[in-house]
Amino acid sequence: MSLAKNDTVLQESTVEYDTQLSGSSAVLEAFLAEGVDTIFGYPGGAIMPIYDALYDYQDKLQHILVRHEQGGIHAAQGYARTSGKVGVVFATSGPGATNLVTGLADAMIDSTPLVCITGQVFSHLLGTDAFQETDVINITTPVTKWNYQVTDANEIPEVLAKAFYIAESGRPGPVLIDITKNAQLQKFDYKRYTKCKHIRSYRPKPIVRKEYVEAAAQLINEAKKPFVLFGQGIILGKAENEFKTFIEKGGLPAACTLLGLSALPTEHPLHVGMLGMHGNYGPNVLTNECDVLIAIGMRFDDRVTGLLSKYAKQAKIVHLDIDPSEINKNVKADVGVWGDCKDTLPLLTSLINENVHTAWIQKFYDYRQQEIDAVITNELHPKGDKMTMGEVIHQLNELTHGNAIVVTDVGQHQMVTCRYAKFNDTKSNITSGGLGTMGFALPAAIGAKFGALHRTVVAVIGDGGFQMTLQELGTIMQNDIDVKILILNNQFLGMVRQWQELFHERRYSFTDIKSPDYIMLAKSYGIAAQKVEARENLVAALATMLQHKGSFLLEVMVGRENNVFPMVPQGCSVSEIRLR
Amino acid sequence: MKAEYTITVYTENHIGLLNRIAIMFSRRKINIESLNTSPSEVNGIHRFTIVVNETEEVVRKIVSQIEKQVEVLKAFYNTDNEIVWQELALYKVPTDEIAEKVKVERLLREYGARAVVIRKDYTIFEATGHREETEKLLEVLAPYGLIEFVRSARVAILKASSGFHDKLMELEMEANIESI
Repeated sequence: MSLAKNDTVLQESTVEYDTQLSGSSAVLEAFLAEGVDTIFGYPGGAIMPIYDALYDYQDKLQHILVRHEQGGIHAAQGYARTSGKVGVVFATSGPGATNLVTGLADAMIDSTPLVCITGQVFSHLLGTDAFQETDVINITTPVTKWNYQVTDANEIPEVLAKAFYIAESGRPGPVLIDITKNAQLQKFDYKRYTKCKHIRSYRPKPIVRKEYVEAAAQLINEAKKPFVLFGQGIILGKAENEFKTFIEKGGLPAACTLLGLSALPTEHPLHVGMLGMHGNYGPNVLTNECDVLIAIGMRFDDRVTGLLSKYAKQAKIVHLDIDPSEINKNVKADVGVWGDCKDTLPLLTSLINENVHTAWIQKFYDYRQQEIDAVITNELHPKGDKMTMGEVIHQLNELTHGNAIVVTDVGQHQMVTCRYAKFNDTKSNITSGGLGTMGFALPAAIGAKFGALHRTVVAVIGDGGFQMTLQELGTIMQNDIDVKILILNNQFLGMVRQWQELFHERRYSFTDIKSPDYIMLAKSYGIAAQKVEARENLVAALATMLQHKGSFLLEVMVGRENNVFPMVPQGCSVSEIRLR
Repeated sequence: MKAEYTITVYTENHIGLLNRIAIMFSRRKINIESLNTSPSEVNGIHRFTIVVNETEEVVRKIVSQIEKQVEVLKAFYNTDNEIVWQELALYKVPTDEIAEKVKVERLLREYGARAVVIRKDYTIFEATGHREETEKLLEVLAPYGLIEFVRSARVAILKASSGFHDKLMELEMEANIESI
């Protein structure tokens, strides 16, 4: 019985071949077997055999020529995050490979599944300082979940199968496979491609221990003031429904991390906001008032916890995570539940009592009202002449109704967008969270569009971050990619300037940044563009952008010295969050 | 409170794994006091023995990070009470000194050292033991014209362990369990 089933599984996931195949073609066959449809890449000397093979696969594999390898890997990240599939990247050896490092680090810390293929010099040249040779494996070891150098084509099917399996299973992450040129050229007897399902040294999902689920349920059932924190683990585990059922049954108020955004619709009555340095008032303050804190698929980043020694000390901590090393890493858990939340949440839900915590949830609403009065109203409906980032996002919400994918860069505009953007659907918030990579948004939005072709993709970017990767406008031009680019221009590196204002006596050291004429720039790439300087033109311009067929760049001039509040100052406890 | 911990890591025998493990210590600015890699009781599986002087909290966290690595089968840590360990040291001494001075020979005997090479100009002794023992012999030999000294990393075996064979079977079994 089990054998027969095994056979079926094997047949479904294999491509039979009986011929000689080059290492390069084997890479592309592996992609087809893994269901890859889009590759982001940039050719070069050491990866030319793979590009040569790709020439014959153009009807099956779409290749997007980016303008810089960093753009390629960020695009693959965007693709992975909106599609839920593995993002795939090609880069050549040497500088091509080193240009991937930022994206790898970003994908590593934000758990994004990627398979990056880098070309490498001929294996007999390894270690000789050959042209465009660099020690890619050792450079990328700390920023990859796994990496491997292939010097013999015979290894390619198995290594690629492992690469995809490792990238997407368990806690996802980036994998880099470095393939020497001789291995790409080498012909070998290609038997078939078998998907990898098990590696003996690798346990993607820890075994769920029922006694811990029971202990967690007991704490939740006894809690008077339970509070749920949810992270990207819900999205990565495809457990949005399981999560919703869980909080609804228990009547549990829930707040998200930056990357947990969109896992639960923004308007859900139990969604009480965002955590963190620029998160919402209630969730931060009440972290230090709840009696049971239930953290799901999140890792207690320092931007979420503030001062650890004053973080939720009064509460019992329940921590659900697929990665055992996250439990007890930053915050000591009273009950750690190892496992995929897709598995653990239904178990937990079945054990918790139906409940409502009306008075407790009302506290979140009360704090929300205070935040509305002190911060949000001024931000979304400002009385001053200058536009605020918040009102732009508010108007965007009104027009998209929360149905768009919103990609953000890093800085003030990111915090404002994540605070105010409305999300109805999962996988709609794409941002660089852990690494905080400026320049992420434009290329990530390109990939995000390929990962969700039927959806509107809006990239909200600051004037600083946009100038870091604006070369990708070329990629948008060449491939007619329908990405809406919304530049919020405050003519400053705003977040650093905000800190300089608050903590460095307004010594604005090198944060005053000039921009080119973005409208002319966009036009030179054949991209429609508009600039808005006055509030009365904002809504119409946003509507024009959204209704435009194809890519569109909208630059909105906003107040120069606006600050993002609330704010938990560095080194302070979450309950010391400042409203102004 | 910092103490000496011995970390044992069972791994696949793959190139690059030593670096992957070593950088986890350097990233956290943890000094590796001693590091040994060797075959284990299971064919094809490598065993790292790493000694660090750190708090248990730090050691616990780094061990869980090590175990997370794809090619690591198992990682754990022990205090000195829980293991039996040895280090090996080699001492190169002028042969005439030993021949002439009875005291040297007595010393070597006392520390359980044995000659591995005897030449006209020099003799090489080896001694095994704990760090303090091989260290002490080094000290007492110093006045007699010690030419060269080297000491190996620590190798350690757990007092309470039934080896890795069963654990490996368990790990390999999981492939079948999932598909049934």
